[in-house]
Amino acid sequence: MTAATMSLIQAIPGMGALRAIAVTIGALLRQPSGALGFLGVTFFLAMAFIGPAFFPIDIKPKLDKIYLLPSAEYPLGTDYQGRDVLSQIVHGGRDIIIVATTTALITTFVAVTLGALAGFLGGWFDSIVLGIADIILTIPQFPLLLVLASFVRLNNIVLLGVLLAALGWPALMRAIRSQVLSLRQRDYVEAARCLDLGTAHIVFQEILPSMSGYVAISFTLGMINAIFLQVGLIFLGLVPLTGNNWGVMLQLAWVRGAIFYKNALAYILAPVIAISLLQLSLILLARSLEEIFNPRLRKGN
Amino acid sequence: MTTLQASPAGARPGEGTPVPLISLEDVRCHFRTPRGVVKAVDGVSFSAAPGEIVCLVGESGCGKTTAGKIAAGLLAPTGGRVLFEGHDIARLRGQDFNRFRRGVQLVHQDPYASINPLHTVGATLAAPLLRHRFASGNAGARRRAAELLDLVDLTPSADFLDKYPHQLSGGQRQRVAIARALTVEPRFIVADEPVSMVDVSIRISLLNTMLRLQRELGTGFLFITHDLALARYFAWGGRIGVMYVGRMVEIGLASDIIARPQHPYTRALLSAIPEADPEVTRNKARVELRSLEIPSLFRLPSGCTFHPRCPLFEEGTCEVATPTLARPAGSVEGSHEVACHLVTRSA
Repeated sequence: MTAATMSLIQAIPGMGALRAIAVTIGALLRQPSGALGFLGVTFFLAMAFIGPAFFPIDIKPKLDKIYLLPSAEYPLGTDYQGRDVLSQIVHGGRDIIIVATTTALITTFVAVTLGALAGFLGGWFDSIVLGIADIILTIPQFPLLLVLASFVRLNNIVLLGVLLAALGWPALMRAIRSQVLSLRQRDYVEAARCLDLGTAHIVFQEILPSMSGYVAISFTLGMINAIFLQVGLIFLGLVPLTGNNWGVMLQLAWVRGAIFYKNALAYILAPVIAISLLQLSLILLARSLEEIFNPRLRKGN
Repeated sequence: MTTLQASPAGARPGEGTPVPLISLEDVRCHFRTPRGVVKAVDGVSFSAAPGEIVCLVGESGCGKTTAGKIAAGLLAPTGGRVLFEGHDIARLRGQDFNRFRRGVQLVHQDPYASINPLHTVGATLAAPLLRHRFASGNAGARRRAAELLDLVDLTPSADFLDKYPHQLSGGQRQRVAIARALTVEPRFIVADEPVSMVDVSIRISLLNTMLRLQRELGTGFLFITHDLALARYFAWGGRIGVMYVGRMVEIGLASDIIARPQHPYTRALLSAIPEADPEVTRNKARVELRSLEIPSLFRLPSGCTFHPRCPLFEEGTCEVATPTLARPAGSVEGSHEVACHLVTRSA
């Protein structure tokens, strides 16, 4: 990494948030994996939120066009009712990304707030938060989701995100808490205590900003985890099959027996590849962010 | 370093002052560790009048930093009391506690760790100014921050307000740390080895800045150092306390301690200071210690903790009883106290 980049990165925290984001993106684009991850995520976001405006979804069953191979008219072939697979892929990303983002947002917010306060305040607050977290952590997540999903009608995608977040925050909370436990020993935190700057200022101005990189990475990892969980739930048929998303496509391909038709290969693989590519982009992005924010992982310096 | 002796005069020491600004009374700080109890500070008492300079000197591990943190209220003692204007700080509540909290500030040893690297100098100073209403509005805070930077000789101050700590040198950072302590207009500053991480060439100017603050603002200082030469320079008008493994072994007027050291440990420390003139250094009478080993804090020697190293060691006395601070033979009342059986015997 060049000296110029280094100084830019060092200057990040004090600048406005927008400036910091611009600098981070600049640093991302300078490394191959970061550029790939960033462009990949941008591509999927654009496809999921802008794409539907240009590609109307094909919902009309066409009995003469069932399981067609990819062609100029149907680039990804057709499904068991002769509908265009490409349009389903374009429309199918939105819900997945919304659930993943909702989950990651809530998870990160809850985990960072509780973890920072528990680590800094200690005492009874710490004990209670840790107790709750440990209880949630000891319950196997996916089986619990299976049980919950059969009780709660998860027809609202935001509700699904909230449910995933309710189970997802403890791990990140513990990580944040242990980092705060080490950061609170810093001299500048002691100086802030001595100056009576208040808990809110110390936690949110002195301690948390130095963890912003870690939080950004955790956010991305939270999205990855949420995507796996929700697609798993949908595939098992535990979330009502409303709307279009890649999980629903997979589930339908499975229950309609598409795997028995060799011409349906593109139909089955399309959502699998879409999910994998989105996950891969997020992983590359997270890894590059980690390299940017964590100087110890920087190469060639 | 003989030139250092011509140091500026500080405030008059605490002789006969009615209520000391801050005083430690028989303060103990024992840490429980898996290997046993560590008596980091074991029965230390001293006080500082408003505007007075008190210097704590001792080897690393003698408890001087712990004593400083206790005086600043950042660490609760396991025994004894800390009084601020005559009131036990452990009993202060609400407004009274806030007055103490702001009244006593700390300057850390390491200026690379004591300033948050993510904030500009201006932001670092503005936070306490705004929170405690020493300035109103961002413009007001900026103006006051600039004044404070001028006060600690970071000029032109406008150039420093928008700088990040990594753009500053160690000495400049330490000045920012001092300015930050000054934001809340403290009456007493605990300076924990404030120049030990700073280049030797600028130590004196940093000490002079602090001495000027003491003169102009009347701020008292507890100056913690392992370097008796620095103590001699900084506390020339004040008092020096010498600590050895958690106890105060000698305390008195700086001029008295330097000119007439009584405790064998103080004598050994003073004799080890090199002088600017190599001829003088070579001819200095060295105090020979019986051992150079600092005792382990887990197994302190019985009686006087210094006895295994002490050149005056007398069997049957020193390893039996713990000496307490008392006036040495032939000194003026209140000017000098020493904890040594042999030195105080004939008093």
